Amino acid sequence: MTAQTEIARIAGAVPDPELRVVTIGELGIVRGAELADGRVTVTITPTYSGCPAMDAIRDDIRAALAGAGFADVEVKTVLSPAWSTDMITESGWAALERTGIAAPGASGTPACPRCAHAHGGQPTPVLQISRYASTPCQSLWSCRSCLEPFNAIKKL
Amino acid sequence: MSELAERTEVELLALGDDALIAAQRLAEWVSRAPTLEEDVALANIALDQLGAARMLLATAGDEDELAYRRDDQGFRNCLLAELPLGPARGDLDFGWTMTWLLMLSAAQLLRYTDLAAGADEQAAGIGAKAVKESTYHLDHATQWMLRLGGGTEQSHRRVQEALDGLWPYGHELTEGIRDRWLALVEPVLAESGLTRPADRWRPDGGRAGRHTEHLSFLLAEMQSLHRAHPGAQW
Ligand SMILES: [Zn+2]
Repeated sequence: MTAQTEIARIAGAVPDPELRVVTIGELGIVRGAELADGRVTVTITPTYSGCPAMDAIRDDIRAALAGAGFADVEVKTVLSPAWSTDMITESGWAALERTGIAAPGASGTPACPRCAHAHGGQPTPVLQISRYASTPCQSLWSCRSCLEPFNAIKKL
Repeated sequence: MSELAERTEVELLALGDDALIAAQRLAEWVSRAPTLEEDVALANIALDQLGAARMLLATAGDEDELAYRRDDQGFRNCLLAELPLGPARGDLDFGWTMTWLLMLSAAQLLRYTDLAAGADEQAAGIGAKAVKESTYHLDHATQWMLRLGGGTEQSHRRVQEALDGLWPYGHELTEGIRDRWLALVEPVLAESGLTRPADRWRPDGGRAGRHTEHLSFLLAEMQSLHRAHPGAQW
């Protein structure tokens, strides 16, 4: 493995500080990782502009790379192109669903993560409780079938 | 500085100050909203506003200097952003807040859309990002206007009073985008069963640094820690 690939792997494998089950690579937050003249530059993009996790993400990337022997690390933030839920990878969606966080759904209505694979794959009725949930990127829903509340990633 | 750069900087400062002052205002709701879900929603909207403000002000200059070291006359936010979220200073009225958010977020959505289409690359990136968030803010305010306007006699009366009180400040807010703004806001008012106020008094001056006394109180709270301990870090 080249050092460059190694750096990209390490940066991408950093868990998201708020959604620990997914990595920042899977969330599409890491835009690039480069090694030039012994200096590492990792480029990231915020999910939401006011995302309070960005500072923690920067620190976690530096710590992870320092642990692998890369001491000189710069973390750059870019805004363009703006982050969108389409940048979450397939494995990212799978990890989110396993932990009970639903995808926004093609029509804007998510499927209950508990019932998604029951009822012959037929979606159960759900009700939006709040457009905002425990993080800015999620909304709060309730399933009318199992009656459990769940979070869904908001389409952005 | 080129003409484009100069124009962009004025615009970044105006938009950044609108968002910063709005964030500080909205934060007054934290732990006091009518329901837990609404508390979280308002905190998140405040956070989005703060995020946009930081990006805009960091592009226009030093974000901490701009946020913490300017006096009220240095701020370029429109008057609407600094008004109390109720009929008088110290009041916190939910219908008033949703009316304020409807007016503000509709204007922010249009201004960020224009910024995203502009020639300045950095500013366009911020605009494109903030458009998506403003869309959610406008939707949130819209949903509440429908419920309050079409709700009980009391909710209708109070939100109409808020609209009558805030409407004059919409002129300064929408300078140059008035028609597009009306096209966003008027249908919401109509569907909510609210009467669109007549255009009469047009208070302005915020963009030139002439503010209401409300901004001074807001800044006193926002800046006091930084002024007491310059350069302090968490
Ligand atoms: Zn269910």
